[in-house]
Amino acid sequence: MSIDAERNQALPPPTRRIVGRSTWDIPWWVVILIAGGISFLLLILTNQNYQETFNLLVFGRPDSAATEGALLTIRITLIAFLIATILGLIAGLARVSKNVITYNIATLYVELIRGVPLVVLMLYVAFVLLPIVIDSITGLGTSLSLPFLQQASIRNVSFETRAIIALAFGYGAYEAEIFRAGIQSIERGQMEAARSLGMNYFQAMQYVILPQAIRRVLPPLGNDFIALLKDSSLATVLAVPELTQLGRVQRSSTFRVYEVFNTVAFLYLTMTILLSLGVKALERRLGRDRPTTTSIR
Amino acid sequence: MTARLQPASDDIIVVRDLHKYFGRIEALKGVDLNVRTGEVVVVIGPSGSGKSTMLRCLNHLEVPTHGDIWIDGKHLESRDVNINNVRAEIGMVFQLFNLFPHLTVLENIVLAQRVVRKRSKSEAEQIARDQLTRVGIPEQAEKYPGQLSGGQQQRVAIARALAMNPKIMLFDEPTSALDPEMIKEVLDVMLELAQGGMTMVCVTHEMGFARAAANRVVFMDNGQIIEQTTPDEMFNNPKHERLKMFLSKILTH
Repeated sequence: MSIDAERNQALPPPTRRIVGRSTWDIPWWVVILIAGGISFLLLILTNQNYQETFNLLVFGRPDSAATEGALLTIRITLIAFLIATILGLIAGLARVSKNVITYNIATLYVELIRGVPLVVLMLYVAFVLLPIVIDSITGLGTSLSLPFLQQASIRNVSFETRAIIALAFGYGAYEAEIFRAGIQSIERGQMEAARSLGMNYFQAMQYVILPQAIRRVLPPLGNDFIALLKDSSLATVLAVPELTQLGRVQRSSTFRVYEVFNTVAFLYLTMTILLSLGVKALERRLGRDRPTTTSIR
Repeated sequence: MTARLQPASDDIIVVRDLHKYFGRIEALKGVDLNVRTGEVVVVIGPSGSGKSTMLRCLNHLEVPTHGDIWIDGKHLESRDVNINNVRAEIGMVFQLFNLFPHLTVLENIVLAQRVVRKRSKSEAEQIARDQLTRVGIPEQAEKYPGQLSGGQQQRVAIARALAMNPKIMLFDEPTSALDPEMIKEVLDVMLELAQGGMTMVCVTHEMGFARAAANRVVFMDNGQIIEQTTPDEMFNNPKHERLKMFLSKILTH
């Protein structure tokens, strides 16, 4: 008899617990969350102050023609995430490339960005990097005497755009690492099989490696999307009237401190919880997917 | 250098003075090998003897540190030879199958035909189904690799390689990851291929296959080819001490 078998005999059989059987097995935190959410919704429906604050924070100030509040938060998040994903995919591919130049540029980008707090990156991109870039474009326009380039001016770049560029730049670096890890997680044999069939490196990436890698990184990408939604609140340092900034403006103009920040927190929570439910569903769908080839190791 | 650009013979595979280092470890210490068209060569030897490395050098999955390889007259180490074109002419079958898990069996076989050979979808699918019939599993076309047994997966891998109409097939321990009862179905396919006149180089521990299919058995040890002769000679009249020792270890059971 093996040692393990002896040990198992000495121990009492494990007690089997069926989820939901005992009162304490209910996920109470979900119950509290739902109860809290419902009571807050009731508060919004019944309380005049809360109702006004809610409408304003979701749809923006009635006298403003521009998109504001939670709607602007969503817009910033979506655009920034789209750019960040493209940037991250390119940088991630460069990080696994054997080309010295592309590898080093991508690594420099990732390390620089990851070493700077996002709020500093936001200020830096908005007030230093973008003005320099625009200045060089104007300079280039002057030296090449191209009038349409000379007209470029940093004043024409809205702070919303600057915030989006900063967020996309920052999250592009985070996503580059996700894509790199995803690509490197694909067994070496996949690339070898593709190459042995005569595909070149890029064809193998396109048809064999990336389709598998992207499926694997969808959950972490989803988590990054949620994180980006929360970090879009940093645009408040550029006075972009997204949800957080609008809340701050509203607090100082109406002094409805509780109403404003309860609603701001509630709106962020609602968005992130809904999104994380979506990510979980995605994970489940991918989890019960086809088994992979390498069952033998 | 100019003299080296011509192969020493018109054999389909010519290997001269092949060396391969992994870091400071010399995995291949000067290998010379010729394979004629239609010949079936089985490479045997203890693990770590460099057989797989030698095989993987033949389509440059490993780039040799030193030495020359000619495949069908093309010098692989020359800058003007596009390795992808050479690889398309060489089918390779791996120990762990390396099927593409996100594609169906049919798509696995169609992909390279479309991307590399630029065949039309219908033509590639027709060829894929023909090859699946050839390896005996036409009914599995719509399944995913993960739904198949190891033996079936390896036969798909063979079909995938054959669909490219290769001139040479390389087998890198194709049955080593298989359960015993599945080894035969893969060896049967390989045997049929050998009898059909395919040029094959097989690294394998299946001595039965070597006896039945090989024109020549190559014994490697410690990064070198120690002995190469017919299967009869190899198994009944081994000359080199190390070969005798190797055979006594694997043939006693």
